[in-house]
Amino acid sequence: MSEQIAGRSGFPPAYLDRVGSSFTDFLGQTAPDLLPGRRPVPQVPMGDIAPHGTTIVAATYDGGVLMGGDRRATMGNLISSRDIEKVYAADSYSVIGIAGAAGIAIEMVRLYQVELEHYEKIEGMTMSLDGKANRLAAMIRGNLGAAMQGLAVVPLFAGFDLDAAAGVNPGRIFSYDVTGGNYEERGYASVGSGSLFARGSLKKTWRPGLSADAATRSLVEALYDAADDDSATGGPDAVRRLYPILYRIDAEGAVRLPDDEVAAIAAAITADRSAGAENRGA
Amino acid sequence: MTMPYYASAEQVMRDRSEYARKGISRGRSVTVLTYADGVLLIAENPSSTLHKVGEIYDRIGFAAVGRYSEFESLRVAGVRLADVRGYSYNRRDVTGRVIANAYAQTLGSIFTEQMKPFEVELCVAEVGATPESDQLYRLTFDGSVVDEPDFVVMGGQADAVTTNLREHFQPGMGLVEALAVGVAALSAVSASTQANGGGHASLPAEQLEVAVLDRRLPKRAFRRIVGAALRGLLSDDTAADDAVSGETTPEPASHAPSAPAPGTPPGLGDPSAVDTAGGDRPAPDTQPATDTGSSPDAQVGSDTEPAADAEPAADTEPAADAEPAADTEPTSDTMDGPTA
Repeated sequence: MSEQIAGRSGFPPAYLDRVGSSFTDFLGQTAPDLLPGRRPVPQVPMGDIAPHGTTIVAATYDGGVLMGGDRRATMGNLISSRDIEKVYAADSYSVIGIAGAAGIAIEMVRLYQVELEHYEKIEGMTMSLDGKANRLAAMIRGNLGAAMQGLAVVPLFAGFDLDAAAGVNPGRIFSYDVTGGNYEERGYASVGSGSLFARGSLKKTWRPGLSADAATRSLVEALYDAADDDSATGGPDAVRRLYPILYRIDAEGAVRLPDDEVAAIAAAITADRSAGAENRGA
Repeated sequence: MTMPYYASAEQVMRDRSEYARKGISRGRSVTVLTYADGVLLIAENPSSTLHKVGEIYDRIGFAAVGRYSEFESLRVAGVRLADVRGYSYNRRDVTGRVIANAYAQTLGSIFTEQMKPFEVELCVAEVGATPESDQLYRLTFDGSVVDEPDFVVMGGQADAVTTNLREHFQPGMGLVEALAVGVAALSAVSASTQANGGGHASLPAEQLEVAVLDRRLPKRAFRRIVGAALRGLLSDDTAADDAVSGETTPEPASHAPSAPAPGTPPGLGDPSAVDTAGGDRPAPDTQPATDTGSSPDAQVGSDTEPAADAEPAADTEPAADAEPAADTEPTSDTMDGPTA
């Protein structure tokens, strides 16, 4: 590899061609073996031997958007990881959360991060938010073969739209299906095995124009509800001090909320629900 | 008389060198100099979109003079090499030396094998954790590469600018001072200053392209300094200095940096949480930071700890696994009732 990319004669000719600003397209020409989705997939179902990530939720609030994910990965009926991270900053104004086959998903996130940075360096400006959402759709589409063998990757993408018109919430959420379908969501969205329960929870707790703090609580509560009913979703783990990962994106960029902050929210939710249970005499 | 069918190798090389030198000397000058917090890249460039200075990778910058189309294709090639290498190995495996070597090989083979040499001169600058580890590589049209200390000057009147800089350059200058020294050196030879028949006392912000590789920034060290921030720095405004060197970015929207927020797990692009693959994790004694607050070293030391902490926590209590789960169970069981 190193001989090929920095050999005796310097850059291979393809490096000096002005063919475009997409890193994925460039790899497709020069090193297709590095791309996920270009490798042959064994023709047997592999869903139970690869770790799968589970529930991701996202919601807009007044001035931005939030995304959160639980920390569990499962392999069939086993918990393969209690502290996996499934939400990542894609660049400074967008985040990506992944549900599905963890190995492929994390490789895809790495590629996606380089894709956005590469474009930014070559073009001298950042890609539009819709452009970023489309690039991600193309990557998911490339994984369809593996998805049919049980290695589906379904991300949730959220970002702050720097070009948003006045009066429109600049925080936007995009969801995907395994075929690369790309749908913009209004308000909130969830993916993964616990998404059904998380969505039900968000439906009750989220409303337009929430403050950042209220929306954060709404998301943590949705993950709590998902963990309550879905065996593949992990709840807040006070013993190991493992809490959901939350990212907040506003005009200042994407930041990961400190664990202490999420722990306090999780503790408040647990306390409220315990109190509610006692009042009912349960 | 007969036509000379034979030209000696020396003659061919001399002609090509002369051709390339002529092309380069027509352009305006660029200087790259080290300062206390990193590397400062200054170009005399009236265009705000056709850049002479650019970003290659996290800690690596690029500056060039000569023919735009030629050095732009070289810049793109450098970005590609860096990104492919960083993606297939690790972000830490992309170094200025790798990039400079590739440029040297490419320029060298173009110079010897093609009729027309590239009329470019490049500088690959890499900012290190400490001023001693900053690297400036200067590459010429024939593929020679030189590792220069302190500063590099390229372009039309490089000799005059170099002489000026030798007099005024001091190692470890602050950003404002370094910028003043660099701009003064470029202004002394620029056609647009009064000394040379132009209209300005020294080069104004509109004629300058300025960027820094700031070692204090966590991931991508490259920042352009434009507009009001640059004018403030040029007029020696310390408030503007803070605005540039601090956490706030001078230009938030169109050149927004893509630094993953702290906490991005190892290997996913955050150099402050490097993927050590189980190997040489930075020793905690890198922790005592210099007076600049947070050197990248110190951050590596502190940020990789949470990840390492989490694993032992999960690993050391396999026996206790069932109990905590049982402990937390009752609370979650009793909340089937109405949700808020």
